Amino acid sequence: MKRRDFLKASLGGTAALLSSGAAEARGNLEPAEDAIGMLFDSTLCIGCKACVSKCKEVNGMPPVAMEDEIQYDAARDLSPQTLNVIKVYMEGVGTHKDQAVDGFAFEKRSCMHCVDPGCVSVCPVTALRRHPKTGIVTYHADACIGCRTCMVGCPYNVPQFDYDNPFGEIHKCQMCNQAGVERVDKGMMTGCAEVCPTGATLFGSRKALLEEAQRRMTLSAGEIYNYPRGDIRKPESHHEKQVPAYQKHIWGEKEAGGTNVMHISAISFDKLGMPPLGERSYASISETVQHTLYKYLALPAVALAGLTFVVRRNTSDDEGGDS
Amino acid sequence: MSEHQALKRPIITLPFMLLAAVALVGLYFLAIRFTSGMGFVTNLNSGYAWGVWVVYDVIVGTALACGGYALAITVYVLNKGEYHPLIRPALLASLLGYALGGLGAFIDMGRWWQFYNIFLPWHMNFNSVMLEVGLCVATYILVLFIEFSPTLLEKIGAKGLLKTLNKVLFFFIALGVLLPTMHQSSLGSMLIAMGHKVHPLWQSLHIQPLLAVMTALIMGFAVVVFEASFTAVGFRRPSETPLLTRLSKGIVGLMGLYLIIRFAEIILRGKLGLIFAGDLGSWMFLLETTLFIFPLLVLLSPSLRQRGHYLLYAAVSMLFAGALYRFNAFLITYDPGPGYSYFPSVSEIMVTAGVIAIEIMAYLFLVKKFPVLHSTDPA
Repeated sequence: MKRRDFLKASLGGTAALLSSGAAEARGNLEPAEDAIGMLFDSTLCIGCKACVSKCKEVNGMPPVAMEDEIQYDAARDLSPQTLNVIKVYMEGVGTHKDQAVDGFAFEKRSCMHCVDPGCVSVCPVTALRRHPKTGIVTYHADACIGCRTCMVGCPYNVPQFDYDNPFGEIHKCQMCNQAGVERVDKGMMTGCAEVCPTGATLFGSRKALLEEAQRRMTLSAGEIYNYPRGDIRKPESHHEKQVPAYQKHIWGEKEAGGTNVMHISAISFDKLGMPPLGERSYASISETVQHTLYKYLALPAVALAGLTFVVRRNTSDDEGGDS
Repeated sequence: MSEHQALKRPIITLPFMLLAAVALVGLYFLAIRFTSGMGFVTNLNSGYAWGVWVVYDVIVGTALACGGYALAITVYVLNKGEYHPLIRPALLASLLGYALGGLGAFIDMGRWWQFYNIFLPWHMNFNSVMLEVGLCVATYILVLFIEFSPTLLEKIGAKGLLKTLNKVLFFFIALGVLLPTMHQSSLGSMLIAMGHKVHPLWQSLHIQPLLAVMTALIMGFAVVVFEASFTAVGFRRPSETPLLTRLSKGIVGLMGLYLIIRFAEIILRGKLGLIFAGDLGSWMFLLETTLFIFPLLVLLSPSLRQRGHYLLYAAVSMLFAGALYRFNAFLITYDPGPGYSYFPSVSEIMVTAGVIAIEIMAYLFLVKKFPVLHSTDPA
């Protein structure tokens, strides 16, 4: 916990230090123009895993068996065969929903579609791309060399490499919009949002979803709210439910530059397994350092010229640099 | 006429055969890796995408191969010609270390058959630190080969080519100083994007490239001292201790500066408490720092640094210190989050051991067949 608190606290100061040091510091990227996203409300999730099953169907992946028997889907975590999973938080006797002590809660794990994605920043061969309009982060196996820097560069451990396949590739949620699926381009929702019976996974534009999340933050616990299902911009139905005691925190509004998939919950996010992130994206710090050193290759060119001169002078006495 | 000569000793010795056995075991597991998949050989998982193959073979291995880099700076930039006798063996070790680092990166690549994409301009992502490392390391392997080639040309007696090469060699020597500065610092920059997964004691953000290049130099000098002292002992050749003692004064300055920057970053960012937290990170930090301070004390003492075996201990300590700095940052205290753990499997370690064995075998073969080592008689 010490490490976690430290990391959160230190990032602000670091950002200040860095921006004063480098003249051309790159800030966080801004959300894409028409960013598409999802809002996951943990308090609405009943753990039915319809989203997990639908995700497999859309992406053509096999269900995970439990004790050799296929019962719906028993995926415990993300894997090359599971791009979306519902995990359980449990504490003490674990009987009260959305309660930190003696309670339980559900949490969705899938690609957060970062506004400033680490995977896209670190990939040497542009195999991961952020769509300029929708902000959807897609993977392109034809470019990928399998160095797995995206995996270490993702704060959420989302990209999954298929280690058991000699010709494996990276697997991650592409918002059901990868070539051959293209649900979003066809005006459909993501599979998981489409089948969610309670509206725990809402689909829509990041803007509309953020507004909805902010609205829920203003509600007081116990009052009745009419929750939408499906696409926030044209909900197919609503259901009334008592408002839980929300944490006043929209995960993904600001974390590491924000995400297009946002989460809200009644339990603090560190308990739900979210990483310790500040507001500045690590990608922006890394790129600032890199572009300060390598802008137009000017610094290396000057260094090479200087070195060539010095080495030539120092080797001229003995007829070239015999090594 | 050369100041260098081949060691005229038999190639096939008992140690050589033992190394060959290790190499064969490594190659066996490597065959499984390429036919069945990495999962059958390694313990890599979603949280730990990089294991010993990347962290040892590439990240630590290339730093161990920085002897040529460190000496090139000393001899050709700082114009200390007296260290010239050390440069050929150092260049050879660098060439082998880097070539096998490149091989290590290749065998770790999940989609190795597309590796050349990194050289295709339309695939390149200029924001990526990994791109810089990949391109720079590949170029440096070529440059090292050119820098080492006079040794090969001398052996085959290609006098004309040797003469031409010597006329332009200064440019490759300059490149050979620039390129490691670039990619060794970038190996540090890679830690920035790994963000919260890197322990705060090793997450120095924009200081990363500086610390990485300094540890690379420290390890480079340590390798030079180690190799020179070890060759003297192992092959019973005259000791180069007087030369090494002078070199060690420079190392003291470098290590002192490194420790000042390392601690200043920790103190200024308020991370001092983490050193004494009593957890894995704090113990590893203390061990690593001890390994840096011990050689500093040896080299600072005028009486100790003149004694060959103390110099050897100091060099070994520096090698472990630099290697541990990288192991700690990339693997040992690296924490992708709850639920993930990693310890290399036996087969994974055997592949790395095989790579190291091949490197040592190649080194032994080349110093015995080619004029690498400095002549014992004054030229």
